Amino acid sequence: MLSVLLAVVLFLLALGIAGAVFGVPWAARIYAAAACACAVAAVAAVVFLVARADVPEALVLPVGLPWLSAHFRIDALAAWFALVINVAGTASAVFAIGYGGHNDEPARVVPFFPVFLAAMNLVLVADDAFAFLIAWEFMSLSSWLLVLSNHRRPGNARAAQVYLVMAALGTACLLLAFGIMAGPDGAYRFASIRDNPPQGAAAAIALALVLLGTGSKAGLVPVHAWLPLAHPAAPSHVSALMSGAMTKVAIYGLVRLLFDLAGPVPWGWGAALVAVGALSAVIGILHAVVERDLKTLLAFSTVENVGIAVMAFGLAIVFRTNAMGTLAALAFTAALFHVLNHAIMKSLMFFVAGAVEVSTGQRDLEKLGGLIHRLPVTATLALIGAASIAALPPLNGFVSEWLTFQAVLNSPSLPQWVLKFGVPVAGALLALSAALAAACFVRAYGMAFLGRPRSRKAAEAVEVAPSMRWAMAGLAGLCIGVGILPMVPAAAMAPLVRRFAGVDFAPLADGLSFGDFMLLAPVTPGVSSYSGFVVLIAVVAVTLASIEGVHRLATNRLRRAAAWDCGFPDPSPATQYTASSFAQPLRRVYASTVLRARDHVDMPEPGDARPARFTLSMRDLAWDAFYAPVERGVTWLAERMNTLQFLTIRRYLVFMFTALIVLLVTVALAK
Amino acid sequence: MLRGLHFDIAHTLSVSVLLFSFALLYQRRIMGVLNAFALQALMVAAAAAWQAYSQEAPHLYATAGIALVLKALVVPIALKRIIMRLGIHRAIETVIEVNGTLLAGVGLVALSILLVFPVAQDSAALTRENLAIALSIVLIGLLMMITRRNAVTQVVGFMSLENGLVLAAVGVQGMPLVVEMSIAFSVLVAFIVFGMFFFRIRERFDTLDLQYLESFRGDRGQDHRP
Repeated sequence: MLSVLLAVVLFLLALGIAGAVFGVPWAARIYAAAACACAVAAVAAVVFLVARADVPEALVLPVGLPWLSAHFRIDALAAWFALVINVAGTASAVFAIGYGGHNDEPARVVPFFPVFLAAMNLVLVADDAFAFLIAWEFMSLSSWLLVLSNHRRPGNARAAQVYLVMAALGTACLLLAFGIMAGPDGAYRFASIRDNPPQGAAAAIALALVLLGTGSKAGLVPVHAWLPLAHPAAPSHVSALMSGAMTKVAIYGLVRLLFDLAGPVPWGWGAALVAVGALSAVIGILHAVVERDLKTLLAFSTVENVGIAVMAFGLAIVFRTNAMGTLAALAFTAALFHVLNHAIMKSLMFFVAGAVEVSTGQRDLEKLGGLIHRLPVTATLALIGAASIAALPPLNGFVSEWLTFQAVLNSPSLPQWVLKFGVPVAGALLALSAALAAACFVRAYGMAFLGRPRSRKAAEAVEVAPSMRWAMAGLAGLCIGVGILPMVPAAAMAPLVRRFAGVDFAPLADGLSFGDFMLLAPVTPGVSSYSGFVVLIAVVAVTLASIEGVHRLATNRLRRAAAWDCGFPDPSPATQYTASSFAQPLRRVYASTVLRARDHVDMPEPGDARPARFTLSMRDLAWDAFYAPVERGVTWLAERMNTLQFLTIRRYLVFMFTALIVLLVTVALAK
Repeated sequence: MLRGLHFDIAHTLSVSVLLFSFALLYQRRIMGVLNAFALQALMVAAAAAWQAYSQEAPHLYATAGIALVLKALVVPIALKRIIMRLGIHRAIETVIEVNGTLLAGVGLVALSILLVFPVAQDSAALTRENLAIALSIVLIGLLMMITRRNAVTQVVGFMSLENGLVLAAVGVQGMPLVVEMSIAFSVLVAFIVFGMFFFRIRERFDTLDLQYLESFRGDRGQDHRP
């Protein structure tokens, strides 16, 4: 299977070159080929997970550094993330067949899109630090170029700049972390790191750097602020990949380093992940719930979902270090499950945002509305996606969040007092973020698709191209399918969970019968269990019964009415609830402290004819506390370094000479 | 007894190469620098020839010949002709005073000895001291390049650095000729390149001082001139 994945990577790179050579006229063909390649990779990953998950495959290619050939390896962990990424990649490439032509400058997107996909796949199969970092940086740079593709739109150039700085910072952290983990002998192969994991203070520093490096790519608070700038700036199919797939690659990096290479880590790291995850979940969704821009809202929701997944991973570490295998398996399953679910539903929602943007030309919620009449197919699929991301049963989003809650609810059995009290607090934050997520997506869906159009373009929207609808429909189908049959992915990730936790995920422990597919009982059947299938049947039955009941019980007497006009006497759409007025109660309650949200009302004096004005200001504290200093520091350093460009030849020689002498003196003193 | 004599002669020749490195450092006139360099190259040639004799490695005679012809004769004479033709007889502008440079040179020799002696503990005494001397010649060559403003002295510093490399190469038994050939050729190439530079500079600015070269670099705005 490894050779299949590497072949797919090579094929995608070749597609990138073809995109650069043949350009826009071949765009649809290139996207179609990329979709096929990703589908092949996804199938290969499934085959590996089902058939040979316990036997990792490795390959050494004589490329890269001469003393360290490029090592590649696939195991169950890599295969699971390859499945996640290639599902998102396939859908995104299919979506792009119809969507690609609507980009501002397609020639800037077509060559880099397959390269981005290839780089993400390459990160997953890399088996030495060098290959990993090369692939990681390739991923960062190709996505940076994609972010920059709409560079003429206001704000995008700045978003790309911030992204580049943060990507470089993240890679630098990983570089240092690998340097520490490899030790003084430079053992950069993952196998060597796995055999000799770092100890003591070195391990602590390395893991902190790993958390910072991968967390900044995944969008964990407080290093998330680039994400809501950069993800929406890219074309929508790329935004879907960045949010749906690239954050997963970052999580993969975290899991690979923290769970696999670093050996058994102390429970403190699990607690740190739980804390960071819970904080990310709440802050991310608070931003999302007050956001006006549809794509930025989705990007903030990514911060929330990454937080949930990281929190579940943290719980898995905590349970494992306390030798509670069953619960560790539960938390690990929940985390991996959420990774898959988020990739599916976030890609779907970004496709919806792309479809809305294509058909109306905007993504500001205050200018949308009533699209359910103009885009019936998109609206239905968007409803499925929104319900799924708001974690409503019987869809997939519910399953993973529910599993996470099951893990949280079992935390009082932990021996450490910090965790006994801390994890339920994190669980409360998780519950809050789940509720806010529901509010957020009710608002997003309601403002965009319901009510009356708030702008002329929204009133004249037309349904989007078939390939875009098919991509969305496929993902919506996955949302439903995974939601009602959660045991299928759970069975696929079973070898991975078994390897990590030592025991099987409870429902899978004693084989899998047909009935088990219908019922999900993560701990014991008596305590808590869930069946998506039953919920689906119940939802359908209740819906049909209500429709029937309403039709039967309602009077069929004809009524004519105009007086109050159903609450719409004024035809102006401005009389509707706006997106910010819908969010106002939540903004008052939560965001006034966390986001420093302030309302400014400028009311004219009586007799003054000028209009009253309402403005809203918000600040991201993470920006002030973390990003602004980093950005200032980098700029300062860059300006200082700039003078190095203008030195005399002799001064360059002085630098070399001084460096040489310093090194030689160090060697002499070290003797 | 004979080994002792071999050792002493080889040692004397190596040290005399180092001595001329110091001689290069305290020259204040270009012609003096070139003469000192020619003598240094002569010493390198003698050292290589002696090694060829004592190691019974005839290919080292070729190295000695290359050093003698190219570095002791062709390069100094060519540089002198260039300087005559360009009409430069100027004193050398130094960045650090000559005394300070010499002190730094002594420090570099001490550093080289400190470095090489513990590393090459188990190798033959000759190889060990030869390596230490060669390393100090390389470092002093670098020092000369950075403490002199004149382009000619920079070229000479570079070539003196190469002399150190040749000395290190001939001191080790069994070093194939290919290395020395490449070193000799790189010196020649460097000489040609720098020579081209001189003519370019001469055409425009009437000086060989590097400071004038730098202010006309393309990537530098006119307002950034030093």
